[in-house]
Amino acid sequence: MLLGKIVGTVVATRKDPRLVSNKLLVVRPMDPRGKPEGNYLVAVDTVDAGVGETVLVVSGSSARMASGLKDCPVDAAIIGIIDEIEIND
Amino acid sequence: MQLARVIGDVVATRKDESLTGIKLLIVQPLTVDRRPAGRPLVAVDAVGAGVGEEVFFVRGKEASFPFHPAEPPVDAGIVGIVDHWDVS
Repeated sequence: MLLGKIVGTVVATRKDPRLVSNKLLVVRPMDPRGKPEGNYLVAVDTVDAGVGETVLVVSGSSARMASGLKDCPVDAAIIGIIDEIEIND
Repeated sequence: MQLARVIGDVVATRKDESLTGIKLLIVQPLTVDRRPAGRPLVAVDAVGAGVGEEVFFVRGKEASFPFHPAEPPVDAGIVGIVDHWDVS
């Protein structure tokens, strides 16, 4: 899974019917020390996250196993809001 | 699967229900001579690994298999703690 910061929201009126009523957020992936890395991605929110929060993002087919996303055409889902990151290397 | 070192952990109170009780660790993938290989990522722990240990982890939906019949939404999971490796 990736760590990321939510930087925005996405609104789409015309979309796959299975995406209706899902919240789409723009996430900037970051390394565990908080440094942004990689490209922005659009992820479905399943934990009621909001802009500015640090979150856990699952990618690929596993994203469909998140709550409420069974058989949805998605490849990234926000599955947790991060309280604390501890690095010890 | 890939070799990695566990370098930290992550705490999340609000999360997908099926993640309750599953430990989230930060792993740094390694080359065989123990240099960092690529970016660190968050992996679930299926074997009782801890910070500082060398492990191997699986990517993709298979990361959820150790928790069967539960199906947590995870794409990386530690499935072994390495005692040692030997490359000639």
